[in-house]
Amino acid sequence: MQAPDSDPRSIRATATPSTRLALWLLLAPALVWLLALIVLPHVELAVLSLRARVAPRVYEWSAKQYLTFVEEPLYWHTFVRTAVISLVSTALTLIIAFPVAWYIAKIARGRAKSLLFVLCLIPFWVSETVRTLGWMILLRESGVLPQLLFNLGITHEPIEMLYHDATILVGLVYTSLLFMVVPLTNALESLDDSLIEAAYDLGGSGASILREIVIPHAAPGIAAGSIVVFMLTLGNYLTPTLLGGKNSLWFTEQIYTQFITRFNWEQGAAFGFLLLILSTAIVWVGLRVTGQRLGEVMRRA
Amino acid sequence: MQDLDVDRVTKRYANHLAVDALSFSVAHGSFFSILGPSGCGKTTLLRMIAGFLSPDEGDVRIGGRSMKGVAPNRRPANMVFQQLALFPMMSVGDNVGYGLARRGVARSEIRDRVDRMLKRVGLAGATEKRIDALSGGQKQRVAIARCLVLEPTLLLLDEPLGALDLKLREHMKIELKQLQAEFGTTFVYITHDQSEALVLSDHVAVMNGGRFEQLGTPQELYYRPRTAFVAGFVGANNRLRGRATRVEGNTVEIDAGEGLVVRATAHDPVAAGGAAEAYIRPEAIVLARDATELPPAAQRLSGQVESLLFDGANSAVLVREARSRAEIRIALPQTGRYADLVVGETIAFGFDAALAVCFPAATVG
Repeated sequence: MQAPDSDPRSIRATATPSTRLALWLLLAPALVWLLALIVLPHVELAVLSLRARVAPRVYEWSAKQYLTFVEEPLYWHTFVRTAVISLVSTALTLIIAFPVAWYIAKIARGRAKSLLFVLCLIPFWVSETVRTLGWMILLRESGVLPQLLFNLGITHEPIEMLYHDATILVGLVYTSLLFMVVPLTNALESLDDSLIEAAYDLGGSGASILREIVIPHAAPGIAAGSIVVFMLTLGNYLTPTLLGGKNSLWFTEQIYTQFITRFNWEQGAAFGFLLLILSTAIVWVGLRVTGQRLGEVMRRA
Repeated sequence: MQDLDVDRVTKRYANHLAVDALSFSVAHGSFFSILGPSGCGKTTLLRMIAGFLSPDEGDVRIGGRSMKGVAPNRRPANMVFQQLALFPMMSVGDNVGYGLARRGVARSEIRDRVDRMLKRVGLAGATEKRIDALSGGQKQRVAIARCLVLEPTLLLLDEPLGALDLKLREHMKIELKQLQAEFGTTFVYITHDQSEALVLSDHVAVMNGGRFEQLGTPQELYYRPRTAFVAGFVGANNRLRGRATRVEGNTVEIDAGEGLVVRATAHDPVAAGGAAEAYIRPEAIVLARDATELPPAAQRLSGQVESLLFDGANSAVLVREARSRAEIRIALPQTGRYADLVVGETIAFGFDAALAVCFPAATVG
């Protein structure tokens, strides 16, 4: 390094106690936030999840909560189901968001481009609860869509469209779209059009260009969007509960039930930890399979 | 046998005519350049040949076959892009083998042909290298190899030397010419750099405003420009505007005002009394400290040295003509005879009317 001020050693050498204090003060809010809201609760959860109540106000270390999870089919069924639906929902979001992002990044120009971006953003001006209630108004037995189908004679009676797995998927994909469109658009925008033209000129077809040029280039963006959407979906509580009703069997509901309804904090903490492990594992496997690095992916997100 | 026939091709953008009913042919195995300023329509023309744009009127034939409705990936023409457009996600070998793989050539054959091609362009053993590990000149060769491995009828080059620094550009010019001679593929090259066009090409078309001003060998363009635009665009030139006072056969006498009268040769008729402009190349003008040293046929003028532009073999001097104060650029002889010229010195100069060209002009400038 030639420029003296770009050498980190020289900065450290000139740091007086007062500048060091200023640095710590600047970092303080972030550190407090990390410590108080992320590290401490997780330590507390870890401790909670590993103890069992043997008598009123008497606790001892035990893996009982985790054993309950394994032994009770409902719990791990819900767990697996949540993971599978989240993965399916992420894949669907990617498939739907890709053409949208492609249009915004490569086809739309000028004002149309920013307008389309805003259109993707507009639903987020309304709270998630209201948006989900909107879906309920559309889909419930006496709602807009079933009545329309009935009046058109397509169905013999108004059918209940709520409380199906498909309904949960619709809601989850709708909620996640923006978080996929943004990183995908960024990734596709950085793809030089002449690369696509060159591939086309050398004999590539639409499908082969997509497979060999576009997707490899957009891979970090695809991974970033997928991670964000998967995490949001896995941890979503409102959409599956409202649109899936009693049949939703979503894992975050189990956590809620343990903490709030059953007042079994130990069990809830264990479930919370299991969900954390699940999302970490799936993201890790996903990055491994696609050969992406987390740092690169998060820079794109 | 013509490898490329462009037949009355026209392309319009809104109300602007980008390419105006253009027709030309390129012979098999030749190096053809289209030279023009930016916005002259040369890129539009090239993209129509490649198939990225379709002409509004007219037809492009490659190897005698009409390209109407033929997509770029089905045309026997490949293009080297301005920014090269190498695929950064692939190795050098995969870049060169990309087109072959798309044609369904067997994997082992692709490997052989890629290796042979890389050897021919002087990149043997670079198959596994990453694109960003290559130098500018090597990237250039990969971009060309990637096209030539497909044995196209036509190789289109869109100012591929534009992104290189001066030294490398000079080197790549020679390399391009050697590659073309070795492969014998027909090259169609577009550029705004006259030196590239003159050095590389068998034929050059000078393009302006969607039309060809002149099509000919580099020598023809340089020594016998047929329009004022070509005279001004190709090579350095001194331009003098005025009124044609006398016309004798080809020789036109132009009064450039303030008593400056020059004689030049017109290829197209210039009307006596009409506006005209003369172009005189800096190297066509002879310097002399004593007017009697000038060749007897030369028209004799004199002026004061305004500035010296020393640039080795391209050195020149700017002289202010004594009467009209017109600034005239004169090449210094490479013998070093006038190396001792100083600013402010009065010097005689002259040129032969046969070496100056003259065109009718719209108005007296």
